[in-house]
Amino acid sequence: MSRVQRVVVVGNGMVGSRLSEEVLRRDPLGARVRLTVVGAEPVGGYNRVLLPGLLCGALTEDDVAPGPLGPSHLPDPPVAGEISVHGPFSTGSTVTAVDRAARTVLLADGRRLPYDRLVLATGARAVLPPLPGLHLDAPGTGADDAPTAPTRTGALAHDVTVLRTLADARRLLALAHQACARGARIAVLGGGVLGLEAARALAARGVAVTVVHATPHLMDQQLDPQAGRILSRALRRLGIEQRLGTAAVRWEAGVGLHLADGTVLPAAGLLLCTGARAETTLAETCGLAVGPGGIAVDEALTTSDPAIHALGDCADADPGLVQPGWEQAAVLAARLTGENDTARYLGTPRVTRLKAAGIELTCLGDPFVEDEGTADDGGPEVLRIEDPARDRYAKLVLHGDRVTGAILLGVPDAAAGLVQLYDRGAPAPSDRLALLLGRALPPETADGPEAMPDRAMVCRCNSVTKGVLRSAWHEGAHTPQELAATTRAATGCGGCRTTVEKLAAWLAETAPEVGRTPRPP
Amino acid sequence: MTGETATHCPYCALQCAMFLTPAPDTGQLTVAPRDFPTNRGGLCQKGWTSAELLTSPERLTTPLIRDGKDAPLREAGWDEALAHVTRRFAELRATRGPDSVAVFGSGGLTNEKAYALGKFARVALGTSQIDYNGRFCMSSAAAAGNRAFGLDRGLPFPATDLDDSEAVVLVGANPAETMPPLMGHFDPARLIVVDPRRTATAQTALDAGGLHLAPTPGTDLALALGLLHVALVEGHLDTPGRVAYRRDRTTGWEAVRKCAARWWPERTERLTGVAAADLRRAAAVLAGARRAHILTGRGAEQHSKGVDTVAAWIDLALALGLPGTPGSGYGCLTGQGNGQGGREHGQKSDQLPGYRHIEDRAGREHLARVWGVREEEIPGAGRSAWELLDALGTQDGPAALLVMGSNPAVSAPRSRRVIERLRGLDFLVVADFVRSETTELADVVLPVAMWAEESGTMTNLEGRVLRRRAAKAPPPGVRTDLEVLHGLAVRLGRSGEEFPPDPAPVFAELRRASAGGVADYAGVEPRLLDDDAPVYWPARSATGAGTRPGGPAAALGTPRLFLDRFAHADGRARFLPVEYREAAELPDAEHPLYATTGRQLEHYQSGAQTRRVPALRAAAPQAYVEVHPDTARRAGLADGEEARVVSRRGTVLARTRYVASMRPDTVFLPFHFPGTGAANVLTNPALDPVSRMPEFKVSAVRLERADANAPKEGE
Repeated sequence: MSRVQRVVVVGNGMVGSRLSEEVLRRDPLGARVRLTVVGAEPVGGYNRVLLPGLLCGALTEDDVAPGPLGPSHLPDPPVAGEISVHGPFSTGSTVTAVDRAARTVLLADGRRLPYDRLVLATGARAVLPPLPGLHLDAPGTGADDAPTAPTRTGALAHDVTVLRTLADARRLLALAHQACARGARIAVLGGGVLGLEAARALAARGVAVTVVHATPHLMDQQLDPQAGRILSRALRRLGIEQRLGTAAVRWEAGVGLHLADGTVLPAAGLLLCTGARAETTLAETCGLAVGPGGIAVDEALTTSDPAIHALGDCADADPGLVQPGWEQAAVLAARLTGENDTARYLGTPRVTRLKAAGIELTCLGDPFVEDEGTADDGGPEVLRIEDPARDRYAKLVLHGDRVTGAILLGVPDAAAGLVQLYDRGAPAPSDRLALLLGRALPPETADGPEAMPDRAMVCRCNSVTKGVLRSAWHEGAHTPQELAATTRAATGCGGCRTTVEKLAAWLAETAPEVGRTPRPP
Repeated sequence: MTGETATHCPYCALQCAMFLTPAPDTGQLTVAPRDFPTNRGGLCQKGWTSAELLTSPERLTTPLIRDGKDAPLREAGWDEALAHVTRRFAELRATRGPDSVAVFGSGGLTNEKAYALGKFARVALGTSQIDYNGRFCMSSAAAAGNRAFGLDRGLPFPATDLDDSEAVVLVGANPAETMPPLMGHFDPARLIVVDPRRTATAQTALDAGGLHLAPTPGTDLALALGLLHVALVEGHLDTPGRVAYRRDRTTGWEAVRKCAARWWPERTERLTGVAAADLRRAAAVLAGARRAHILTGRGAEQHSKGVDTVAAWIDLALALGLPGTPGSGYGCLTGQGNGQGGREHGQKSDQLPGYRHIEDRAGREHLARVWGVREEEIPGAGRSAWELLDALGTQDGPAALLVMGSNPAVSAPRSRRVIERLRGLDFLVVADFVRSETTELADVVLPVAMWAEESGTMTNLEGRVLRRRAAKAPPPGVRTDLEVLHGLAVRLGRSGEEFPPDPAPVFAELRRASAGGVADYAGVEPRLLDDDAPVYWPARSATGAGTRPGGPAAALGTPRLFLDRFAHADGRARFLPVEYREAAELPDAEHPLYATTGRQLEHYQSGAQTRRVPALRAAAPQAYVEVHPDTARRAGLADGEEARVVSRRGTVLARTRYVASMRPDTVFLPFHFPGTGAANVLTNPALDPVSRMPEFKVSAVRLERADANAPKEGE
C-alpha cells in the first residue's frame, strides 16, 4: 500500500473494538491505516462475554470495558490517547447509509465520512418471540435505556428486556433489584447458553429465577436428552427453577408469564434469551449480498463489494461466539495494514463453554451421533459415561483417532485436554477412558517397599535405587542413618526419608537371618 | 593444606554448604555436607561427587596453542600463551578497533572474577562487546523485577521464609531436580506447580495433595492472567488488607485489572489446556493462604515473551499483596552458582558494577573514579549474548573472543550456528579447567583453577554473600582466572595494581565500585564473610555490622527487601500491563510437536563438568527425549529406541523415553549433552525484546526413527 488507507469501522462491540486493537498493534502510528470507528453504543467495545459476571456482581462496568494494549506494542513515547485509534474516534453516533459509489458513509448527525475500506461489525440483535404483552403500547418514547431489540411494534415494555448490551445489563439489574425488593422472581425465556448464564448469574446475586424453555431439555442445540436432564438437576441444585417442554404464550405485566400448559409463572420481570440474528439492515440497504447466517463474506472477510468487509456476528462466518470474531479481527487487521495480504479466515472449531459458576459444561463439534459402531468398521466411535448422582455426563465421538464431538458435564479435566485436541485436529491418545476422565488411569497407590522393583528410584537426589539400598542393607547398613551414610539416600532434599525408613524396617522383617549372630550349630 | 575446609558447592545458586577434607595420604578431597540455612546438611548427587573432577585425568594443566586453523592444539608455556593472546588482541585492536575483541563470561564466576572480567573488557581491552551466559538464564526475571520493584534480587527474602508459607506457586521451576535441597523448605501439599511436564517437583506436589497445572508450552502468561481473573471475580482481591496494599504500595492496578478481565477461565482453559476448575482451585488455595509465595524459574523466563510472562506472575503476586509483606513474596529461583552476583558486577553488555545501567551518567563517573580512567573512555552498551555470538566473525562483528567459565557451543540456542560463528573467528581464547566443546574450537586454551582451589565470594539466590574457600592448591601449571586476567592486562600495558591476581584486593575494589549502586556491597566486610555471617545486599555500610556476641548471627545488610518501600523513587511497586502473544514458532504440519528443554538432576549446564564425573555419567549417560507413548508409537518408536528430533534449525539424536504423563503434543529434551545429542541445536534464538532472552522453552519439532530415510539437512 503506497498511501495511508482510510478505514471506517461501523460497530464498536467486542469484535469491532478488537479489530481496532489489532490494527493499532500492527500499525501503532497510523502509517498505513487511518482508522475511524463509529459505534452506536456510548460505551465502546465492552466485553459481552463478561456480562454475566457483571450481573452477578463479580465484575464492574470498568472491567468489561476495553482493556489497554500491552506496553510492548505501544511506541515509546506512547501516541497521544494511547488506546484510542488514529484520527477521530466517534462513538455514540450511528451510520444511517452507505454510498458505495462515492465510498462514503452517512452519519445520523448528517456528516459524511469517506472511506477506502469499510468494515461492518454491526453485530447481532436479539430475536423476539411473537408473544403478546412484550411491547409498550405507545412505541418510540426514545428513552435512553431502551433495549437494543428494535421492534416493528415499538419498544419493549418496562418490565421486559433482552441482554445484548451494557444498557440491557443495567436494565436487567434494575428489574432484578425491583423483583428482589418485592420478593418476586425473574422469568428467563429461553434455556440456551445465554439464558442459563444469565439465570445462574442472577441466582448468584440472590435473585429468584425460573427458566422457561419450550423443548423438553435445556440447551437442546448442544446437548442430547441425557446431558440435558443432568444439567437440569445440577441447575436446580443451584436454585434455578425450570419449566421445560412448555411454550410461553403471553406476558402480563404485574402478573407473570402465561404458559401453554395453562399455568401462569408469577414474575416481576422477563428476560428474553430467545436467540439472535445478524444485524444486516445497513448491508441490505446498500445492496450487499446477505446469506442465511448474515452478510456474505469470503475467506478474506470481503463482502460482495471488494471495498467492504464484514466480521463478527453480522457476518455469515461462524457467528455467535467471541473466539471466531476475534480471530477474524486478527485476519482482517493483517490484511488492512498490509502485514499479510493473504491472511485468510478458515473457520474456528466450534466449542461452547457454559460460563456458570458451579457448572462445568463443554460442548464441541457434533455430539449427536448415536451410531455406536467401533473404530474397526469405519464408523464413529462413541464413548459415554453417565453419573447422574454426581451431575456428571461425558460423551465423546471420534472418527478414527480424531475427536469430532463431545459433551462434557462435570468432568473439567477431560474438557481442557479434549478442546485442545479438537481445536488442533490432533490425534487422540489411545487410552480413551483416560481421555474421557481427564486423568491417567487409576492413580498409583502408595505401595509398600515390598512392591517396588529393585530398579525403582528411591532417592532421586542421589540416584539411589531400592536395589542399591537392599545391597547396602545386606552389607551391614541396617539403620536409616547407616543406609544414608553408605548410599547417600535421603541426604538431598530429604523427601525419601520415610521410604528409606520403611525399607529398612521391611528388610529387617523379611531377612531376619542377616544381621543376627548366627546360631551355633 | 590440612583439615577440613568449610566452603560451598560449585554448582547451582543454592550454593549448598559443604566441608572438603583431604585424605591424609593422597590429598584427594572428600565432600561432607555442612549445616547451613539453605541446604540444612543436604547435598544432591552433583554436590557429593563435586570433588571428583579436581583430580580428573582430563584436567587441563598446561596452556594449549593452535598454530593455524587446521593444526592440532599443542602444549605451550604460560609466557608464550599469554604473549600470543595479547599480541593478537593488540593487533586486532590496532587494525580493527577495540570492539573487534569480545569477552564472554559466566554466571559461575565468583564476584571478584565477574567484576575483574568486566573491568578487563572495558579498561584493558576498551571493548563494549562483553556479555555472559547468564543472559540465557535470569535476564527476563531481572528485567521484570527491575520494572516492577525497581530492583532485582532473586529471592528478596531468606529461603527459610518459605518454610512457613501456606501456598507456594512454582512457575517453570523444577527444584526437585535442579536444586534438590531447596525442596526441604516446601510443604509439598501446599505446592502449586506450573509446568507443561509432570516433573519430579510436580509429582512430589501431586503425591502430597498439591496441585499441578500443566499449560501448553508458551502459554503461562495467559495462565497467570487467568488466575488473576479468577481471583478478581471470585472476590479474593477484595479483602481490606489487599485493597489497602494496592492503594498504598502500588500503582497501575486499574490497567492490569483490565488485562486480566479478558482472560476469563474458559478462554484461558482453551488456550492453556488447564481446566477452569483447576484455575479456580489454585486461585482459592493461593488467595486463602495467610502467607504465600510465587516463585518463577527458567520455564517462565526462557521465551521471546519471558519478561511479560514473569511480569504477569508478578502482577498476580502484587494483586494478592505478597511482595514486601513479611512472610510472603515473589521471587526468582536463580540458576547458576553465582547467577546473582554474576549479574551485578558488570559482565552484562549494558551494565556497570553495582547493578548500574551503563548509560547512567553518575554511575559512569563513579566507576571512572574507581578505575582511574576518564568517563568517556568507558565504552557504551554492547551486544547481548545471543547477538554477540551471532555476530562473531562477521563483517561488523568481533574477530576475537575471550571465553571464561562458559561452554556456549553447547549451552547457547541454535548451537550449530554458534559453533559456526566460533569457527568463523580469527582468534578464540578459552579459559577452562577441562576440555569442552568450546575449547575444541579455540586457538588458545588457558588451564585455570577450579572452585576448591581458589577463594572468593559468591552471592546465592537469596542475595546472601558467601565465602568460597580454597581447600587445596591448584595442580602445577594451572593458574586462577584472576591470575590470567592479571597476566593479560599487564601485557596489554595496564598496571598490575589495576588487575590484582589475588581476590582480596579485587573484592575491596568491588565494594568501592558498587557503593551507592543498587547492588551495594560497600558494607560487606571480609571479616563478616570469614565468620559466615549472614550478609545480604544491599549493605550500604559496615557500621553496626557484626555478629551478636554469644547468639546466632544477626542478619546483616538487607535480608528482606521492600518491607517498607519498593525501590522505585515513589516507593511503590508497579503493576505491569501485559498482553498474551504466541511463541515465535508454533507447531505446524511439518513440525507438529512442541519441544521444550530443561535440566536433569545429574548434570549441570552444558555438562562439561558433570559428564566427566563417573557416577553422574553412569546415572545419566546420554541424551534422551521424553515423549508420550502414543506420540512415540505414531512415529514408530519403541521405548529406548534412538529417535531423531528435527526442528527448522537442525536434528538431534536421542533415546526415546516413554513418559505416560507427558502431554501428547510435547516432547522434552535435557540440554546437557554435546554433539548429535545437543538439544540446543533445535532451539529458537527468537529474542525477548527487552531482556534479549532466547526462546529455549518452545520450538516446533517432529519425531522420527533414527534409521528412517536420510535426514533433511539442517542449515
